[in-house]
Amino acid sequence: MTFLAVEGLTVRIRRGPWLLRGVSLAVAAGEARGLVGESGAGKSMIGKAILGILPRAAEVVSGRILLDGTDLLRLSDRDRRARIGRLCALIPQDPLTALNPARRIGPQITDRLTDILGWDRARAQARAAELLAEVQIADPPRVLKSYPHELSGGMRQRVLIAAAFAAEPKLIVADEPTTALDVTVQREVLRLIAGMQARHGTALLFVTHDLGVVSKVCRRLSVLYAGKVVEDTDVRAFFRTPGHPYSAALLAATPKYTDPDSSLRPVPSAVIDAVRAEVAAWDAAHG
Amino acid sequence: MADLYSVTGLHVSLADMTRKPLLGAAPRIGILHGLTFAIGRGEVVGIVGGSGSGKSTLGRALVRLLEPTAGRILFDGQDIAHLPEPALRPLRRRFQMIFQDPLSSLNPRQTVGTILRAPLALHGLPLARAAEALDAVGLPRAHLARYPHELSGGQRQRVGIARAIALRPDFILADEIVSGLDVSSQAQVLALLETLVRDFSLTLAFISHDLSVVRRLCTRIIVLHQGRIVEDAPAARLFDAPKAEYTRMLLSAIPLPDPDQPWD
Amino acid sequence: MADAAEGRGAVRRRAGLRLWLSGGWLAALAAAALLAPWIAPHDPLAQDLFAGRLPPAWQAGADPAYLLGTDSLGRDVLSRVLHGARVALFVALVAGTLTALIGAALGLLAGFYRGWVDVAISRLVDIWMAFPPVLFAILLIAVLGTGLASIIVAIVVIDWTRFARVVRAEAMAQGAMDYVASARVAGMGRLRTLATEILPNCLPTIGVLLTLEMGIAVIVEAILSFVNLSISTDAPTWGGMIAEGRLSIHQAWWVLVFPLVALFLTVLAFGQLGEGLKDRFDPVLR
Repeated sequence: MTFLAVEGLTVRIRRGPWLLRGVSLAVAAGEARGLVGESGAGKSMIGKAILGILPRAAEVVSGRILLDGTDLLRLSDRDRRARIGRLCALIPQDPLTALNPARRIGPQITDRLTDILGWDRARAQARAAELLAEVQIADPPRVLKSYPHELSGGMRQRVLIAAAFAAEPKLIVADEPTTALDVTVQREVLRLIAGMQARHGTALLFVTHDLGVVSKVCRRLSVLYAGKVVEDTDVRAFFRTPGHPYSAALLAATPKYTDPDSSLRPVPSAVIDAVRAEVAAWDAAHG
Repeated sequence: MADLYSVTGLHVSLADMTRKPLLGAAPRIGILHGLTFAIGRGEVVGIVGGSGSGKSTLGRALVRLLEPTAGRILFDGQDIAHLPEPALRPLRRRFQMIFQDPLSSLNPRQTVGTILRAPLALHGLPLARAAEALDAVGLPRAHLARYPHELSGGQRQRVGIARAIALRPDFILADEIVSGLDVSSQAQVLALLETLVRDFSLTLAFISHDLSVVRRLCTRIIVLHQGRIVEDAPAARLFDAPKAEYTRMLLSAIPLPDPDQPWD
Repeated sequence: MADAAEGRGAVRRRAGLRLWLSGGWLAALAAAALLAPWIAPHDPLAQDLFAGRLPPAWQAGADPAYLLGTDSLGRDVLSRVLHGARVALFVALVAGTLTALIGAALGLLAGFYRGWVDVAISRLVDIWMAFPPVLFAILLIAVLGTGLASIIVAIVVIDWTRFARVVRAEAMAQGAMDYVASARVAGMGRLRTLATEILPNCLPTIGVLLTLEMGIAVIVEAILSFVNLSISTDAPTWGGMIAEGRLSIHQAWWVLVFPLVALFLTVLAFGQLGEGLKDRFDPVLR
């Protein structure tokens, strides 16, 4: 069953350029979808639109964002915030800035339980300790009392994952959650996200520039270029035979130590020209 | 022919200012613990490790942006480890560096032309080499008049490369130069570097956290972990049969773009 | 990316307006100050006890020859405000520039060379700032005697620390950038690096501080005139006029209000000019 459906979402800078050009994608309940693209492709912008945190200068021109059947864009600000808060959560990119340095870890997790689910403090605290144990943090009571600066980068990212899953959201948007981490830590964190997602049956929208990471976490995948979906496919099919020349070029440019000669190939300019032409055609059709 | 670089017993420790007592010296933290290795002429060496492995510190010691605490760094037979700055200056033309973040390594208030010509002027070299260097990295000469913020990330990194090769150095240190770039620019910059190494018969040390990137470019790879060399081997050997436990761990942690890779 | 571009556009439009308004006011004031002897309708010192406390021209009982009215000694308020601008702007320009030169130079040295240079300069700044500034100024003038030069010296002596602290931090931040490392790799000497790499990147900060300092200098001059520590008491200064106007606020508000408005607008304009110039001409922001 489709839990999230984005239909023809078009976003632009007020009186400025397009950010998203008629983006459509669907995420079934409990499914993991990757959003892949290079910087400026608009992949983070989609996540922001869904979570209702688009920058001030951006405006939604047309389209629908159906969250569990309700179009978020037709709700009042207040109702939208409430609905998003209850159903969605974010795992942010930078574990250094995503936690408030002046507050202990504990309340930063339990806030969601008391605010969104209306739990009392004792129950929330017990749950927070459980969550930290679930993200494989040793000694949860100690960590709950710690300040962010007392934890390593990997630990902080685990805390953020625990916080994201705390209120049992139905959809999690993960925005480049491992870009700042070492590969060995990245592996642990990705396994954790994939495992929690499967256990909790949460839908996942995983924003990343790294095709390797997508292949480990996601079942479906959208490839973006200049705010336009150029391919929407199954992950296995994608890595066997990419459907769009741009996707194929992106895959050939990705480093692969097992096959050095067929990886790290620069994207041919003909491919870039072709995908740019597609974008230009869309622009022409939409004034 | 002798090695271009011959490093023995290299130690670097830095003062820990956060724990400096009110009076007296700050305690020192060891970053590099006695590294010994050599870089032959024309070699392309990958220096790989996680954060905190000391790879950037090692790079900065090689081009003498910092002075090692102990050990010798022979560059073309001359020990530069403790050479004072004025004595170092004429040598500096011969070992250059490309930085990780071109936005930080290019002065935002100077045009590309100024950025490229200043080092040439310092060493009394013909300024026309600035334009030639742009040709070599595949940027139009019109970019001489541009400011760094007017260029894309990939173009900026090319300017960084142009600045290094304009001096026609013997050695270039590339410190994580593609980690901030998109995969498509990353592939382009690496391909460019491959060409330049060949055309200018450069010796290159390529620092990276990413073994996959290094695989394509480097003939030899040094793996650093917590300030020590855990493995130093020809690239093919290292990838086929990694000896050190840490190297195996790094390799197995890399997410290949392949859903069938056993990764757990 | 596009988002940042939009943000910059908005900043620039706002910067444009604020630049025009603040720059316009200051340019007009500078012109008025330069031309005061010719455009002022009366001698600012000429007293006419029969024409005391005349209201501004648009009020009942006014003499149209005195556009902004007269003070209790019958001196023309407009002429005095215009001549007062001469003093205010002169102090702003000279004191501001000297303060910037001394403070920024010390800040650059401390921030770039670090080590003992930094320790020496920073400790000096710490100690200096521990003196209460107003007391310090009054003491200085007591020693140096009143007069324009004393005011300027007092401002420079007190305020150089403001520049030194901010510029030191900025020079330190710039010094940590890779383009400074890159200059070293290229074989550039320390002093040259300071001049070509660090200083240009600190200039916007210095510029903003300089305009703020000019505003502060105008205020300090007014305060010292207000407490009668400026130039001779009947010379036209805004602070002196405010002090006199205060005494007759119920009978003749205009004596107080016009110099006050001039002072307020000038200080505001200096602050806005700095921000506006930075937003408009900083190539990094642009």
